[in-house]
Amino acid sequence: MPGLVHVSTTINGNPTDFLCEPRQSLLEVLRDVLGMTGTKEGCNDGNCGACTVMFDGRIVTSCLVLGVEAQGKEISTIEGVASPEGLHPVQQAFLENAALQCGICTPGFIVAAKALLDREPDADEGRIRHWLAGNLCRCTGYDKIVRAVLDAEDKMKA
Amino acid sequence: MEAVEYTTPKTVSEAVQAMASKGDRARALAGGTDLLVQLRGGRRSADLVVDVKDIPELNEISYSSSGGLTIGAAAPCYRIYQDAAVAANYPGLVDSASLIGSIQIQGRASLGGNLCNSAPSADAIPAMIALGAVANIAGPNGTRQVAVEDFCTGPGRNVLEPGEILVSINMPAPQASSGANYLRFIPRNEMDIAVAGVGSSVVLDGSGQNFVSGRISLASVAPTPVFCEAAGASLAGKPVSDEAIEEAARLAMEDAKPITDMRGTIRQRVHLVGVLTRRTLNNAIQRARGE
Ligand SMILES: Cc1cc2nc3c(=O)[nH]c(=O)nc-3n(C[C@H](O)[C@H](O)[C@H](O)COP(=O)(O)OP(=O)(O)OC[C@H]3O[C@@H](n4cnc5c(N)ncnc54)[C@H](O)[C@@H]3O)c2cc1C
Ligand code: FES
Ligand code: FES
Repeated sequence: MPGLVHVSTTINGNPTDFLCEPRQSLLEVLRDVLGMTGTKEGCNDGNCGACTVMFDGRIVTSCLVLGVEAQGKEISTIEGVASPEGLHPVQQAFLENAALQCGICTPGFIVAAKALLDREPDADEGRIRHWLAGNLCRCTGYDKIVRAVLDAEDKMKA
Repeated sequence: MEAVEYTTPKTVSEAVQAMASKGDRARALAGGTDLLVQLRGGRRSADLVVDVKDIPELNEISYSSSGGLTIGAAAPCYRIYQDAAVAANYPGLVDSASLIGSIQIQGRASLGGNLCNSAPSADAIPAMIALGAVANIAGPNGTRQVAVEDFCTGPGRNVLEPGEILVSINMPAPQASSGANYLRFIPRNEMDIAVAGVGSSVVLDGSGQNFVSGRISLASVAPTPVFCEAAGASLAGKPVSDEAIEEAARLAMEDAKPITDMRGTIRQRVHLVGVLTRRTLNNAIQRARGE
């Protein structure tokens, strides 16, 4: 039986060490080992995007990354999106546009949308919809989410 | 997912050693977008996961007008479609790399993983076959090359022997007046498995009015990706015309041996092969003409 592996990584800018089994996903490590439960599990097979995190500058589904792969990497999660001064414009726009109902998909959408706006501040609606196609929402019908991202984009440019 | 061991070799030979030490109980890990789903679902099992992403040759993307394109087996899709040389010279490959999964999946999924997973529905395999790609394999007995159309042997099965890994995929430099395209049919706009897919490439003569050669390959219509040798060869020497395209589409439909399942029926899939062959050939011709 393989033992626990010691992993040194950076999460939301903080050097972080943890022990995990090689079979554990990064999602399991975040939630069950590190107690960072902001990242959600929906499908556990890469389809829903609820578990989206930034992994070395790209959005990935953390259910399809092994915890041991985090060694030496830079990870950021929903817990790193707000600043001490307040909510991130994407978060604020989700609230103001009622872009969430049950909320299970919301952390994944926010991490993914922020990644898009950080790299493409002028993304149009079509681009936003394409970028977010890997995030599923059971409740909202998506339109309010897309409105919220467009609204956040305006606020971030202002 | 059952307990596994995990190792991160830094060289091809270390990876081969690790793979060989566990025989068919070792699995290479690239982006994990197939492997981790399969290990978790019990469709595959392994004692050792060999993460090949730290090996320089498996991450390389390099192009030269003499040697063509070399894509490391573990290079993720986004690096392929963001690469300027790939975008300029292999738009047919970009077509497939940019429609695999979601942005999240494209951050991890590799063409090497797509090939080694050997799903009949894999989107990148017909695109690579159309482009004449060759797989570079390393194993305990040295290295060998296998044409991509000869790589898959059944659903989820391929020519790799225990201990072997795919190192890279090589595509020849595009000839003058050549073009390629990959299209698939899915009932949604994104995030689905091909009901049928077709990759085509053509080389035209200097006038742009006659076919010099063509290659056509199909997804999701047989136990493996299909290389339609006769359909592609039928184009050679003919003027570019609806009749020549129609004849190639007819021959491609003959090569399609699909099944009926929840995604589509035999009749629908064979029909789709005809439609997609015509469309991809027309798009490839436009690209060859620089239109
Ligand atoms: C949500 C979702 C959507 C998807 N959508 C699509 C789609 O639209 N089209 C499509 O074609 N696929 C799709 N896939 C499947 C998958 O993403 C692709 O097949 C992908 O290209 C696999 O690459 P990977 O790097 O993740 O492979 P991995 O999962 O790491 O590996 C796949 C297989 O290949 C083996 N392997 C990997 N690298 C090597 C190597 N160098 N040498 C030897 N063996 C190796 C592994 O052991 C494993 O058996 C999707 C998957 C998910 C989860
Ligand atoms: S939980 Fe990871 S994609 Fe659904
Ligand atoms: S708000 Fe419930 S799934 Fe999106």
